[in-house]
Amino acid sequence: MNHFVRRQRYLIDFTLASLGRRKGKNLGLLGVYTLIVFLLASVMLFSQSLRREAGLLLENAPEVVVQRMVAGRHDLIPVDYLERIGTLRGVVAKYGRLWGYFYDPAVQANYTLLVPRDRTINSGELIVGHGIARTRGLGTGDFISFRAASGTTFSFRVAEVLAADAELVSADLLLVNEADFRAFFGIAEGLYTDIALEVRNPKEVRTVAEKLTVLLPDTRPILREEILRTYDALFQWRQGIVFVLLAGSLLAFVIFAWDKASGLSAEEKREIGILKAIGWETGDVIRMKFWEGALVSLGAFLLGYLAAYGHVFIFDAALFAPVLKGWAVLYPQFHPQPFVDGLQVATLFFFTVFPYTVATVVPIWRAATTDPDAVMR
Amino acid sequence: MIRLNDISKAFNQGRPNEFWAVRDVTLDIEDNRVTVLRGPSGSGKTTLLSMIGCLSRPTSGRIFLGERNLSGLPERFLTQIRRETFGFIFQRFNLIPGLTVLDNVMLPAYPLAPDHGALVQRTAALLEQFGMAGKAHSKVEWLSGGEAQRAAICRALLNDPQILIADEPTANLDTRLSQEFMHIIGELKAAGRTIILTSHDPVVSDAACVDRVITLRDGQVQDH
Amino acid sequence: MHGTSATARLHHPGRAGTVPLLLLGAGLLLFAFTLLDAAWRGNDTALANSRQLVAGLGLTDLALFTEARYTRHLSQADRHTPFQDHPLALDHFPSGSLVPPPQRLQQP
Repeated sequence: MNHFVRRQRYLIDFTLASLGRRKGKNLGLLGVYTLIVFLLASVMLFSQSLRREAGLLLENAPEVVVQRMVAGRHDLIPVDYLERIGTLRGVVAKYGRLWGYFYDPAVQANYTLLVPRDRTINSGELIVGHGIARTRGLGTGDFISFRAASGTTFSFRVAEVLAADAELVSADLLLVNEADFRAFFGIAEGLYTDIALEVRNPKEVRTVAEKLTVLLPDTRPILREEILRTYDALFQWRQGIVFVLLAGSLLAFVIFAWDKASGLSAEEKREIGILKAIGWETGDVIRMKFWEGALVSLGAFLLGYLAAYGHVFIFDAALFAPVLKGWAVLYPQFHPQPFVDGLQVATLFFFTVFPYTVATVVPIWRAATTDPDAVMR
Repeated sequence: MIRLNDISKAFNQGRPNEFWAVRDVTLDIEDNRVTVLRGPSGSGKTTLLSMIGCLSRPTSGRIFLGERNLSGLPERFLTQIRRETFGFIFQRFNLIPGLTVLDNVMLPAYPLAPDHGALVQRTAALLEQFGMAGKAHSKVEWLSGGEAQRAAICRALLNDPQILIADEPTANLDTRLSQEFMHIIGELKAAGRTIILTSHDPVVSDAACVDRVITLRDGQVQDH
Repeated sequence: MHGTSATARLHHPGRAGTVPLLLLGAGLLLFAFTLLDAAWRGNDTALANSRQLVAGLGLTDLALFTEARYTRHLSQADRHTPFQDHPLALDHFPSGSLVPPPQRLQQP
């Protein structure tokens, strides 16, 4: 056993000395390889973390949201729908929600205005999300004015700023009381944006939804599980930019492997012949090449993965921010929580290390198994 | 003692360009002697040499190394014997470029996985013996012809082989270096080794230490 | 060409495999450390405030993409908001290529 380990060590010595003959080229290769792994691993770690966070955060979203559709568009829902729902089995509570969007031309940002149920807000005051406070430089006690649809300007005093670490869900929120909301948007009493239902037993949610479609045919229910599934599909590799990234990386790998596998140069064949002639067995030659492929790809994998881990969880995925931000002015500041899905890491490892190692070993098979006689010529 | 019985070697057998490099060669090569295989190019001497040294297998016939029949051995055993018994010096030296002299000379010992420190010392002693100690850390491509020759000799001697084989060793050397080489051969013979050379250089075949010269022509031994 | 009586003490510049193997070993250790870090630091106390808001305010979406109303509230979007011009029209925003339409809109 010890002998075997020592022998592998000698083979590794040779293969690394051999790689060191063309330091620049091989370091460049390692660099590009590492970069590819870095990109793939960053996307993987970031999307895993965000998906998990979304799942955890939205666990307590309303079980059912009833949305009214008019001419295929989302329309306001009258309060008598609440009565029409009546008492459905399993529904513990039902209430109208008031929320809407406002475009602020001053900063060209979209805000979400919401009337909260869990707190009271005084008239003329609002609670602002940390993202807005950050972008417009607002603090408690400051005033902010908006121009309503009616043409009147409404002025609000900032009563409170929401927590900074809750930006992921509340960056663009403005909480106002019901009267102010209705006055600002010109929504009459008796109309709500939608209706939310609390259903205790998750198994009953579907039944409730089915009954609703019968009771209120011009509405559609949105279930919590649908909300969660929407976010579970976030950053799936099948889509858009992520797909392009992955396809590009895969292509780069294929080029690598093709270059390696497209046969040995005369020089390489000769060297293998020399090694065999001076007493190396076929197995030694093959294992030596294996170490070359394995060490390079393992090194690239570790470097790329560790860099990605640092990038995503220490630097908050700084490179992705411009992509995610897109055209938005308001982008929530948040720290992705470290989360590693073992299966995905293993897949990444397999797909980066295995093909390259194989591509390094396979081409020399032929040369390693033939008699070293050719060297003499 | 190496015995060859009716050794023949063909290339491209069965194809239109079939070529018999060696035909029905029967030879005995004695221990502790310097034997030279002489003949023009194409006479089959290199092919014969590679078969003796277990670098290739004969198409027909048997080779005996002492009591062992080499012809039937699987590749692994053949390699082991090659490693333990034979040391090779190639015509173009065949050192691995980009590596140092030290690394090149130590290579034959890698599969044996000895203690690294001991290996370095053993190699150092060998290099010292041939005056190459100062060049130990130089890359082999910077060596002169004579230095590369000596490095090749050191590499061939690393595993302390009984039999030394050299293919056209003086082909790339001038007369003075060729004579120096034959002097080294004489010393190695005095130390108890068996040496087999191929050459068509008179400096080699006419050297004092040579015990026997075998002439080959068209793959067959000429009666001598 | 003449050996001296003393054995030459040759200094070997170091085996080629030493440094890379050590680096790889360090890398593997760090890798193991990241797995531990994720298991240990990835606790959810940092999410407490957010979870409270979601429950208290009845929120349904993350405030990730605030460019338009259908990107802001992905789960509340109806069939016509993302596909305002044509179902196969190119996305207006980069976020459209990161997030697919909600599953229920993909069903017949």
